Amino acid sequence: MGPQHPSTHGVLRLLVQLEGEIVHNVQPHIGYIHSGIEKMAESLSYPQIGHLTDRMDYLSAHMNNEAVALCVENALQIEVPERVKYIRTIMAELTRLASHQLWWCVMGMDMGALTTFFYGLRDREDILDIFEETCGARLTVNYSIPGGLMFDIHPNFQRDVKAFIKKFKTKLPEYDKLLSGNVIFTERTKGVGYLSREDAIAYGVTGPTARASGFACDLRKHQPYSAYSKVNFNEILSDVGDTYARYQVRMQEMWESMSIIEQLIDNIPEGDYAVKMKGVVKLPEGEFYQRVETARGEFGVFITSDGKKNPYRVKFRSPGFSNLFAINHIAKGWKIADLVAIMSTFDLVIPDIDR
Amino acid sequence: MTNEALITAIGKKEAQAETKTGAQYVETFVPLARLHDFMVQLKEDKDLAFDYLICVTGVDHADHLQMVYHLESTTHKHMLVVKVKTADRQNPVVDTVSDIWPTAEFHEREAFDLLGITFSNHPDLRRLFLDENWGFPLRKDYKDDIHIVSR
Repeated sequence: MGPQHPSTHGVLRLLVQLEGEIVHNVQPHIGYIHSGIEKMAESLSYPQIGHLTDRMDYLSAHMNNEAVALCVENALQIEVPERVKYIRTIMAELTRLASHQLWWCVMGMDMGALTTFFYGLRDREDILDIFEETCGARLTVNYSIPGGLMFDIHPNFQRDVKAFIKKFKTKLPEYDKLLSGNVIFTERTKGVGYLSREDAIAYGVTGPTARASGFACDLRKHQPYSAYSKVNFNEILSDVGDTYARYQVRMQEMWESMSIIEQLIDNIPEGDYAVKMKGVVKLPEGEFYQRVETARGEFGVFITSDGKKNPYRVKFRSPGFSNLFAINHIAKGWKIADLVAIMSTFDLVIPDIDR
Repeated sequence: MTNEALITAIGKKEAQAETKTGAQYVETFVPLARLHDFMVQLKEDKDLAFDYLICVTGVDHADHLQMVYHLESTTHKHMLVVKVKTADRQNPVVDTVSDIWPTAEFHEREAFDLLGITFSNHPDLRRLFLDENWGFPLRKDYKDDIHIVSR
């Protein structure tokens, strides 16, 4: 399957061993768009590295930016203003919503339902418009930088976000009506592609994919950063672990994201949108690791610094990389059409895996 | 487990481990030959129970290469960073931990691909991103006259 197969959503090649329709072995072949971001980062300054990260998982661009920003801020022991924390959290949740919307519409398309694609993209457009107004970009936002934010929010930001939430609350039930109860869809997903909690942990699977197997790994809950400690939300867990559970976890997460945004949007404190940083950012000697929860799972930035203005070594622990390699374990014994459904609930973004 | 308790517990498991509290997490250096046994104990011991391998990183430190393992226990919620140095940089060999945590299989393939670290007893050690004839780009002495423009 691949590298141009319509269900691989990018240049991913799966070498599938079959017996009739039954999958015996799946070996992912990756590297088609390996861009050497870790090598590139070694010759860039810390604020510049942030701009590379939203090219990795472009659907979680804001969270990736935030991870680098938090890592540098923690290493320098800089405390950013409350306003920055609130805005970062709202932006991260909007990004998660946009990412899950795209996942949902593509999931439907993989199952042969083209209508979902138009529903999802229609609503995602509203979020991208909000991003464009504030960040100047729709996808690669470059918004969080070490020390704070690139710009302050647009004067219309709060109004637009509230309008979007109000609108999307009526649209999300439509998603359920269209796909969640559909007989063909449930037949193809319920009871297909089990992943147990132990295996999820052993394979390093994180994010909604792992939470559908009962692995409580939501870093927003367990190691709160930015403003997550100030909001009430549920970590969505399921103990079923099949394809349908992974679908339902993401659907429920969209409600939680909207709830988080609603709790914060009217309470953004006044203040600066960034602290004054030195012209040249130098990290003290040492090793720094920062983990954040992106739409796909745990994203980690590991910086080894030798005290210069560019890092000695940067490693990006991307959620997609670890998640993808559990696919052989899950898909073994299921039919090739099930492999498409399983892969769809993994929500893969290939640049995130290849880096 | 608190950091102090963690350091004591690790000292009991491995006398040669150099453990200290780092900037964020407890960090421990283990001798190369002891790595695999030590990692098995980290996972099997009920009080430590490091069942989740988060991140595996290879770093080139001029005279030697280093592997860094970030571990977390999903039951006790504590974290540990395990580090190991290779003997030299010409022929770096580290024991695989992929039999303990399956996720390591692919992280180790990445380290093999980009840094040229060989993992003994690895079930399927092949290049991951790049093709067979490529050098090891994350090494500090890597030179690629064709693809890289140096300024």
